[in-house]
Formats: sequence, C-alpha cells, structure tokens
Amino acid sequence: MSLPATAAGALAAIFIMALVTYLTRAGGVFVMSRVPIGPRVERFINAMAGSVLVAVITPMAVQGDWGARLALVATLGMMLATQKALAAIAAGIVTAALWRLWL
Amino acid sequence: MNDRPGAQLDLAGILVGIRRMAPLSLFVVIFGLAFGVAALARGLSGFEAMLMSALVFAGASQFAALELWGPEIPLLPLIATTFAINARHLLMGAAIQPWLAHLPPAQRYGSLVVMSDSNWAMAVADRQRGETNVGMLVGGGIALWLTWLAGTLLGVIFGSGIAEPERFGLDVIMGCFLLAMLLGGRRDLSMLAPWGAAALAALAAMVWLPPHSHVIVGALAGGLVGLMVPARPTREATA
Repeated sequence: MSLPATAAGALAAIFIMALVTYLTRAGGVFVMSRVPIGPRVERFINAMAGSVLVAVITPMAVQGDWGARLALVATLGMMLATQKALAAIAAGIVTAALWRLWL
Repeated sequence: MNDRPGAQLDLAGILVGIRRMAPLSLFVVIFGLAFGVAALARGLSGFEAMLMSALVFAGASQFAALELWGPEIPLLPLIATTFAINARHLLMGAAIQPWLAHLPPAQRYGSLVVMSDSNWAMAVADRQRGETNVGMLVGGGIALWLTWLAGTLLGVIFGSGIAEPERFGLDVIMGCFLLAMLLGGRRDLSMLAPWGAAALAALAAMVWLPPHSHVIVGALAGGLVGLMVPARPTREATA
C-alpha cells in the first residue's frame, strides 16, 4: 500500500510520520507507568536503533555511484577519527562533489 | 529511585532550559539546513519540508523518510522506518517516567512532544543532581525545535537555488547524515554483530523481497541478533 506523492499524499505521509514519532515519545512513559520495560526489550530496541540505519544506508552503498560510496567511506573515516558529525558529513559531501567534478 | 524528589514545570524553568540549550542548538541550524537541501533535492516542496520538520521533529527519521520518497510513498515501510528509528524514544521516555509521573498528565504528555536526544540527556543529568524542575526538557526542546525549523527554512531557501544537487554532492547528505548518527551513538563493539546482520538481511531483502522491505527486514534482523548477543562490553572474544 502506498500514497501518491501528490500534495495530499505527501501531507498524509507527514502526518502519519508525526503521529508515529509522537507515539514513540509518549509510549515509553505510558507503558512504563504500567509495565516496566525489561532488559531484553531494551537490548532489542538498542540493537534495532542502529540496525535500521544500517538497513537504510546499505542500498546507497550498493546501488550508488562511486561518488556516493566514497562519500560514505569519507564520512566513516572522519567520524571514527574526530567523532564530529558535522565534519564527517562535510567530508562526505566534498568527496562526492570532487569525485564527480573529475569524472 | 522512589525517594527522588518530585517534579514541577514552570515558565522560569522553561526559559532557563532555552538559554542553556542555545549554544548547542546553533549546530542544529546546520543539520536543519542539510535536511532542507536534501528534501528539496528529493522532490519535496519547501512547505512539505518545513511541515515535516515542525511536526515530526526527529532528524534521522526525516532523512530516512526522504529515501522512501518517490512518485509513490510506500506506507508500511514509512511507518516501520519511522518507528524503528525513533524507538529509542521509548527507552528515553521510560527512563524519565518516574520523574514525569509527578506532573499532571497534560504537562507530562505535553512535555514529551519536544523530547529529543540532547534535551533529554541534559534533563536526565539535572534529575540526577536532584533538580525538580523539568524546564530543561521542555525549554531545551523548544530551543531545538525552533532552530531545527529555522535551519530547515534556510536549507529550503538555499536549496531552491541549486539546479543540479548531485553535482555538488548534495544527494549524499542523507546517507552521510545517517552514517554519522549511527557512529555517533552507542558505539560498543557488541553492536557489530546486529549491524552486520542488518546489512546482510537488507541486501537479501533487496534481491528477493518487494521494494522497500529491506528496511523492516534489516531492523528486525539486527534487533533479533542483538537479543542473542550478550550485552557485556568487557567480554573477551567479542570481535
């Protein structure tokens, strides 16, 4: 099932995202006041939080051009070296731009 | 935990929270700018980008949603991706629930509208010092929300002047942002197994399963492997 990316479809998608996100913000407090969240659920959520980002990034690395791939490598390297997200993202963008400039 | 002091929320506390978050929220302007540029590059209108920043107010899930944006927006993957990326809020909320329980329900659930990573972290630190004012959570959240929105607006203005975003590498913002968020969070090596499983499962889903299912499959695979890996950072023989 999918929404058309018309104005109405995009608005609906944004409202749905907003609702789901608020449910995650309020849900922890709501659930915890009734049933404590156990360590197993916590481990699942912690592992899932990173895994979903991995799953979103993977196609970009596989299907992207070499500019996109090298951008991810540059971000990875800069992030491991400096722990500064802005520097890492900037390194990725500059890498992709330079790669495409020369090809 | 139960003998902690209570909690209250007032305007003075909120203003203090806004002021304490101000230096950090300047960085948020730049992230918002990146989102605005990426959203336009992906075909969203400026209004849609602003609306998403205003209502969703969760950077990583907004960037990931752009990845799903196309001629059609797949509903289930959008819901699942948004939920999985923002599921960390569940744990954050659970951690401060005993504190917020002292507030009337309207204030409690109203405060959570602006709960985000950095204002939550600062509020948790406040609470551990015995602070009873929840103003850091709300004020800090308001500061982050305003600057996220301002940044998105700048990005929309800036991005609308760029005809070919790929030429300047602007199409890779999404991937680079998400990768930076991944590596900036909890970074113990025990996460390598779930992340590796997520990547493999996502690849397999891309080949054999319907389009966009790779996000759900990868997130679930990673979560399940995370359950199996014992969470002991100092354990030997953990690659």
